[in-house]
Amino acid sequence: MYSEIEGRSTQFRALAVILGLLILVGLSAAMYMEHYGHYVTGMSNQIVWGTPHVFAIFLIVAASGALNVASIGTVFGKTMYKPLGRLSGLLALALLIGGLAVLVLDLGRPDRLIVAMTTYNFKSIFAWNIYLYVGFIAVVVVYLWMQMERRMNRYAKAAGMVAFLWRLVLTTGTGSIFGFLVAREAYDSAIMAPLFIAMSFSFGLAAYVLVLLAACRGSGRELGDVIVQRLGRLLGVFVAVVLYFTVVQHLTNLYAAEHIGVERFILLDGGIYTMLFWGVQVFIGGLVPLALLFRTTPSGAANPNRRVALACALIIVGGFAQIYVIVIGGQAWPLNLFPGMEVSSSFYDGVVASYTPSLPEVGLGLSGIAIAGMIVLFGIKLLRFLPISLANPSLDPQAIHESSN
Amino acid sequence: MSLRRYAIAMGAVTLASLAGLTAATGDVPYPDIPKGQGEACVEDTDFMRRNHMSLLMHQRDDTMRKGIRSEQHSLKECLDCHAVPGSDSIPVTVEDPKHFCRSCHDYAAVKIDCFQCHASRPEQEVVAEAREE
Amino acid sequence: MTAKDFDPARRSFLGNAAAATGIALAPGVFLYGVGATTQAVARGLDEAASSAVRWGMLIDLNRCDSGCNECVSACNKENGLQGHGRPETDAQWIRKVEVRDPKSGHTQSLPVMCQHCEDPPCVDVCPTGASFKRPDGIVLVDKHTCIGCRYCISACPYKARSFVHEALQDQKPHAPRGKGTVESCTLCVHRIDDDRQPACVEACSDTGGGAMLFGDLNDPDSEISKRVATYATQQIRADLGLNPGVRYRGL
Repeated sequence: MYSEIEGRSTQFRALAVILGLLILVGLSAAMYMEHYGHYVTGMSNQIVWGTPHVFAIFLIVAASGALNVASIGTVFGKTMYKPLGRLSGLLALALLIGGLAVLVLDLGRPDRLIVAMTTYNFKSIFAWNIYLYVGFIAVVVVYLWMQMERRMNRYAKAAGMVAFLWRLVLTTGTGSIFGFLVAREAYDSAIMAPLFIAMSFSFGLAAYVLVLLAACRGSGRELGDVIVQRLGRLLGVFVAVVLYFTVVQHLTNLYAAEHIGVERFILLDGGIYTMLFWGVQVFIGGLVPLALLFRTTPSGAANPNRRVALACALIIVGGFAQIYVIVIGGQAWPLNLFPGMEVSSSFYDGVVASYTPSLPEVGLGLSGIAIAGMIVLFGIKLLRFLPISLANPSLDPQAIHESSN
Repeated sequence: MSLRRYAIAMGAVTLASLAGLTAATGDVPYPDIPKGQGEACVEDTDFMRRNHMSLLMHQRDDTMRKGIRSEQHSLKECLDCHAVPGSDSIPVTVEDPKHFCRSCHDYAAVKIDCFQCHASRPEQEVVAEAREE
Repeated sequence: MTAKDFDPARRSFLGNAAAATGIALAPGVFLYGVGATTQAVARGLDEAASSAVRWGMLIDLNRCDSGCNECVSACNKENGLQGHGRPETDAQWIRKVEVRDPKSGHTQSLPVMCQHCEDPPCVDVCPTGASFKRPDGIVLVDKHTCIGCRYCISACPYKARSFVHEALQDQKPHAPRGKGTVESCTLCVHRIDDDRQPACVEACSDTGGGAMLFGDLNDPDSEISKRVATYATQQIRADLGLNPGVRYRGL
C-alpha cells in the first residue's frame, strides 16, 4: 500500500538543491548573528524575540497539529484516513526539528546547548518544553515504527494515543510560555494555551494537506478529491475554532479596563500589527479560507483540490501573521510600570517599541522551513511513507481493511 | 564497488589521513609558558596542571551562588599574577597569543570561553594608579 | 575467639582528631553566628551569603532631581557599561524614568533598576536556572549557565534586564559581562561582599541628592529598616505580589 518515491526527477533534484541552499543561507545567518552579536539583527532590548521566533513557533505549533491526521486514523478509528498516518508522523517530526533548529540557532549562546539539555529549572515552563519537544521526537519515532512495521501494528493505537496526548500537553506548554507572563498585558491570559491548541489543529492540517498534495502531484500518485474535500471541511472547522478563540481572547480583554490600552493597540492604532491582525490573520487567514472550504462544489467542477490548496496556503499566511502579532506585537506594547501615568526614559519606557525584520533573521527563519522540507523530501524517498494511491475507489474501507491485514 | 573493497579503501584513507595529521603536528614546538609574577602560585604547578579546570568550574559556582570569594582561588588573583606584559609593558588581553592561558591552550587546542565575559587582564586604571604611587 | 584488644593509639587518635576539628570549626561558627545577626561585623570572604540578611534600597523621591543622572553614570562606570551609540540594544542597568500624571500634570523623576524581588518572575522562567536569587536577596544572572534565550527579559515587569548584543572587551574584572548573555543590576554584589555600598548609592550621597539608602531590611536596627517602619514607602507594581527589595518614598 505504500512505497518510496523514485526521487530521481529533475523536479526532485531542483527542490533538493533549493532547500539545501536555503539551509546554507540560514546556517550562515546564524553564524553571522552569533559571531557579531545580536546587534546585527532587528531585535533589541525591547523586542527580544523577533522573526526567527515567529517562524520557530509557527513550525512547532504546526508540527503538533500535523500529527492529528495520524491520530484520526489510529486513535479515532476512521479507517479512510489510515493511509495518511505515516506521512503525518514524518511531517510532524520534520516541522518540529525545523522549528527547534531555528530556536537553538538564535540563542545568545548556542554553544551552550548541552547546558540547556542537562541543567533544568523545573519551575520554568520553558524547561518543561525542552523535555516535551525532545520527547515528542521520541514518541513520534516510536509511533511511526508501530505503524510501519507489520508485527507492531497492533500497538499502533496505544502509541497513537500517547502521541495524541503528548502533543496536546506540548502545545499547551508552548502557549503557556506566553500565558504565564504576568507582566505582559498582551499575554497574561489563560486562553493562550487553548488558543495555541486551536492554532495547531488549523496550521498543522493546512501544512499536511499542502504537503500531501505536493507529494502526490510530484510523484505522479493519484489523490482523489474525496479525501481532500473531507480534510478540507475538517480544516474549515479548525479555522472557525481559531477565530472563536481569537474573538474570546480579545472580547475578554476589552472588558478589563486595564487591558484597554493593549487591545486598542492591536485592534485599532497599532499600525502594522492592526493591519496584520485584521487584514491577514482574520480576513486572508480566516474568513476567505472559510468561504473557500465550505462552498459546496458543483458536480463536475474542474480540480476541486485546487480550492483546498489555496485555502491551505492562505491559512498558513494568516497563521504567520497571527504569530507575528502575538509575539512581536505583544512585545511592542510597553510594560506598564506606573498604571495610569505617562512615562519616558532613556530605556524606551512608555513608548511602543519599533521593530523591523532583518535579513539574517528572515534567512534563519526560512531555513527552518527548508530543514522541514528536506526531511520530508528525503523521508518519502528513503522509506515507505507515501501511500501508492489515494484515489477515490481505493479508499473504500473494505479495501483498506483487506490490504492492511 | 563491493563491500570488501569499500572497507579497504576507507581503511587506507583513514590511515593516510592519520599519518598526514601526525606528520603535520609533529613539528609544533612546545610553547614557551610565561612565568607568573611573585614567588609561587597559590598551588604547585603539578596540582594546577591537573586541577585548574576543576577549580575554575566548581569554585565559580560557590562564588556565584553562595558568595564565597576566597582570595586564593579567585580568577582576578590568577590574572593579577599571570599577567603577561606586551611590547608596551601593558598586560596583553586574550586576543594576543602571548596571553598566559592561550600559550598552553593554543598548543593543546582546547578552546576556552571564560574571557567572553571575564576580563583577561587586570583592570587598567587600577594598574595605572598603582604605577603612579 | 580472643577478646578484642583495646587499642590506645586509635582511641587517642580519634580524640585528637575530634579536638582538632572542633578547634578548626569553632572560630568559623562563632564568626558566622555573630556576623549573621550583627550588621557591623563583615562577612568573611570565605563564608557564604546568608538568608538572615536581606539587602534592600530605599529611594526618597523628594530628593531625586529630574536633571540628575549621578546614579546612572556611576553604575555605567562601575560596571563597565560602554555605550555603542545604539540605544535600542545598548545595555542599561539603571535608568531615570520621568513619570507624569496626565490628570493632574504632576511630574516626578525616579531611578529604576532591578528591583531584586523576593519572588522574582525572571528566576521562575529561566530554563537553566541561570537567573537565580542569592540567599541574601540579590537577584543575579549566572553567566556560566545562561544560554541567552531572553525569556527572563520578557518576564520582568520592570524592564530591568538587558541582553548583550555585541562582543565585549576589557570588562571590569569585578563585573564580568559577555556577548549573548543576559544581565541586570547586581546591586553591586562585588561591593556588598566587600562591605561597601552600591556605586549608585555612593554617587547619590556624594554628588547627587542623597536620595538613596542601602541596607539590610531584615535587621531592625539598620537605618533602612527604621525609615521603612517610620515613613510610608511604596514598591513599583506592588499589586504583582513580588515584594521587591527596592522601595520608594513619595511615589
